[in-house]
Amino acid sequence: MTHLVLRNIQKSFGNKTVIDDLDLEVAEGDMVCLIGASGSGKSTLLRCINLLEPIDDGYIELDGLDISDPELDPQPVRQRIGLVFQSFNLFPHMTAEENVMLAPRRIKRLSREQLRPDISALFQRFGLSEHMQHYPDQLSGGQQQRVAIIRALAMQPEIMLFDEITSALDPELVGEVLDVLRQLKAQGMTMVMATHEMGFAREVADKVCFLSGGRILEQGPPEQLFGNPQQARTQAFLSAVL
Amino acid sequence: MRLMTLTAILALSAGSALAQNACATGKTLKEGVLTVATGNPAYFPWVLEDDPNSQSGFESAVAYKVAEKMGFKSDQVEWVRTSFDEAIQPGAKNFDVNLQQFSITEDRAKVVDFSAPYYSAAMAVLTTKPVVEGGATPDLASLKTLKWGAQASTTAVPMLQDLIGPDSDPLLYNDNADVVEAMKSNQIDAALFDLPTALYLSAVTLENGALLGQFPADRTQNPDRFGMLMSKDNPLKECVDAALTEITSDGTLDLLEDEWLAQNTGVPVIK
Amino acid sequence: MTLPTPAPGKTRREIHEARARQRGIVIASLSTLCVVAAVVLLVPLAPGWEAVQKSFFNGEIFLRTFPKLLQAFLLDVAIFAWCAPLIAVWALVIALCRDVRNPALYPLRLFAVLYTDIFRGVPVVLVVYLIGFGVPGLGLPRPWNSPYIWGSLALILTYSAYVAEIYRSGIESIHASQRAAALSLGMSKSDAMRFVILPQALRRVVPANMNMFIALQKDVALLSFIGPVEVLRQAGVFKSLLANFTPYVVAAIIFLCVTIPATRYADYLIAKQNRARS
Ligand SMILES: Nc1ncnc2c1ncn2[C@@H]1O[C@H](COP(=O)(O)OP(=O)(O)OP(=O)(O)O)[C@@H](O)[C@H]1O
Ligand SMILES: [Mg+2]
Repeated sequence: MTHLVLRNIQKSFGNKTVIDDLDLEVAEGDMVCLIGASGSGKSTLLRCINLLEPIDDGYIELDGLDISDPELDPQPVRQRIGLVFQSFNLFPHMTAEENVMLAPRRIKRLSREQLRPDISALFQRFGLSEHMQHYPDQLSGGQQQRVAIIRALAMQPEIMLFDEITSALDPELVGEVLDVLRQLKAQGMTMVMATHEMGFAREVADKVCFLSGGRILEQGPPEQLFGNPQQARTQAFLSAVL
Repeated sequence: MRLMTLTAILALSAGSALAQNACATGKTLKEGVLTVATGNPAYFPWVLEDDPNSQSGFESAVAYKVAEKMGFKSDQVEWVRTSFDEAIQPGAKNFDVNLQQFSITEDRAKVVDFSAPYYSAAMAVLTTKPVVEGGATPDLASLKTLKWGAQASTTAVPMLQDLIGPDSDPLLYNDNADVVEAMKSNQIDAALFDLPTALYLSAVTLENGALLGQFPADRTQNPDRFGMLMSKDNPLKECVDAALTEITSDGTLDLLEDEWLAQNTGVPVIK
Repeated sequence: MTLPTPAPGKTRREIHEARARQRGIVIASLSTLCVVAAVVLLVPLAPGWEAVQKSFFNGEIFLRTFPKLLQAFLLDVAIFAWCAPLIAVWALVIALCRDVRNPALYPLRLFAVLYTDIFRGVPVVLVVYLIGFGVPGLGLPRPWNSPYIWGSLALILTYSAYVAEIYRSGIESIHASQRAAALSLGMSKSDAMRFVILPQALRRVVPANMNMFIALQKDVALLSFIGPVEVLRQAGVFKSLLANFTPYVVAAIIFLCVTIPATRYADYLIAKQNRARS
């Protein structure tokens, strides 16, 4: 049942080690939250899982397949793993609907007409039906981020990665994005998210990992990690942010 | 040092020769010197080997003869080079007379002065042997169908329209060398030049060159006559004209023409 | 001391700015008037003015040569019209070649680098001469040796080198996160380029390209060196027949009638883009 397995991941930029001998297991249907100070390597880890950054050493297994094999074509792997960015990264020259349709049209070779029912349903589910024909700069931050999530979901990935998707949003817009995640969780989506929303992590996470200096210093169910952290560094971090 | 003294002496003796130049006195750019302009480069057979001082070539020879009649010794003739644009632009000129096959036209005469004509040029059709072998003949019907070129700043351009009226628009070029180049690369079949120039180009520059025929000078209402160009209202003009009249009437000009432009005969006249 | 009573509905600052604006307009008008007056009054006093006027600003010759020059300018426009789209396409090919990362295609990349270096380094007129006379000299049959074809090719090759660099700067100005977003969805690199990067990059370089194409409209005249009688050549023919430079002034005016509006439009586009970005 273990869906995603990371073993001895090593990653450095130049001579700066960013991920240092990291292990992590994500079970199917679980939500794993990565917390940790700025620069601790959360974004880098997510980009490595999506193969946007090649790892230096170690293994990443998705459903038993070693996806970290450097000879492997990353394209089909990325189709199975959705990634949503902190800064949305919508394509500004396309409407919300075109943003969502582009990848399925190109990769799955489906026509707009074939795609429209499913995609309209997604927009509807996340309360964006009337914004399908709008361009990104006509949408609020929260709306843009929800479009970005729909865009990743439209490829029907097995697992979703979220990189601090609420930290560029005004506080009153955070809620609408977190609601989307709750829905996905209820649906049984496997998710890994880097976040500073401790309250949310405590509420929905199955497992919380505290990253520091490119390692997972401590991990466990939220009650345990937030309620009774074992490491001094975790305690210091939590007392600073809570 | 030696050379400089020599030049100084020459200049002095030039000054002392002044007295004879009755007509031209005080009318030239430099006292006691006639400054003559030619092209850059100057072409055969007008000037031989691009060296006007040699007195070889028709225009060089004419210039020295005219100078002589005006009272200038051959060492009192100085040469400068100008382009056509420099010759006609407003402002002070750096020459007394300028001869480089300038055709006398009414429009030009409004801006500059021309001497009496020193040559009446027939216009000739320069082409290549392959074009002749391809069936081109020296009659208007055949000429009309050719692809034409000409040097843009010459009176060949309007003559082309007047005499031939080609079926397709002619291509025009900056200088003779470019016209020849276009003919070599088969972009044009034929080009219109004054006869002496055409003869030179066909004999020397253009491989496979051929002269298809000529339009004699009296063929048109405005025959192409070359005059020496001077700045507008130049008082020197009467002296130049007097000298030209003199060498025309005493047969000197014909002799020079025979000497330098003799091969002009034998080119068929276009019907 | 009495405080000035503000006009109803206006802040003190607005009043101040309105006054400053008025003063500015008056000063600008006065100084412009002075300069124009100086030019109009002083230049004709120059000793050579009459001669210059006669050979450069001759009204009679202006009217006589204008219709034919305007007609010749149509050839410039036509050459421009068939060169511009080809430049836009060929430059894109070059720009994309320079971005090729596949080692098997390294020769393409090398070619593109050499190409842009060479064609940006040689004066256009030389390229026109070399290609316009050189290639037909190889012995091509008519009509394939036409100076229109090879002259246009010279312009296309040269301008594509510049436009390719503009494209490349546009591509590089699109943030890497756009590419990352496309790749993270599983799209191929070429699809990411074609559907995500290029559409944004091309839009961004429209103003810069406008300037290139204005320059092209002027450089079309260089084709006259190899034969075609466009406006510059036609003006030259008139100049030598009439011994007068007015036809060149006419040609300049015809060019300006096209290039000034185009330049203004390009400036407007740039200003609009700057506003949109800030
Ligand atoms: N492309 C890169 N080149 C060089 N260094 C990088 C690169 N990307 C990230 N880093 C460095 O790696 C370290 C980890 O960065 P990362 O973005 O993963 O941290 P993070 O935990 O996501 O921080 P934050 O909470 O601020 O987003 C940082 O010190 C960063 O400077
Ligand atoms: Mg981060």
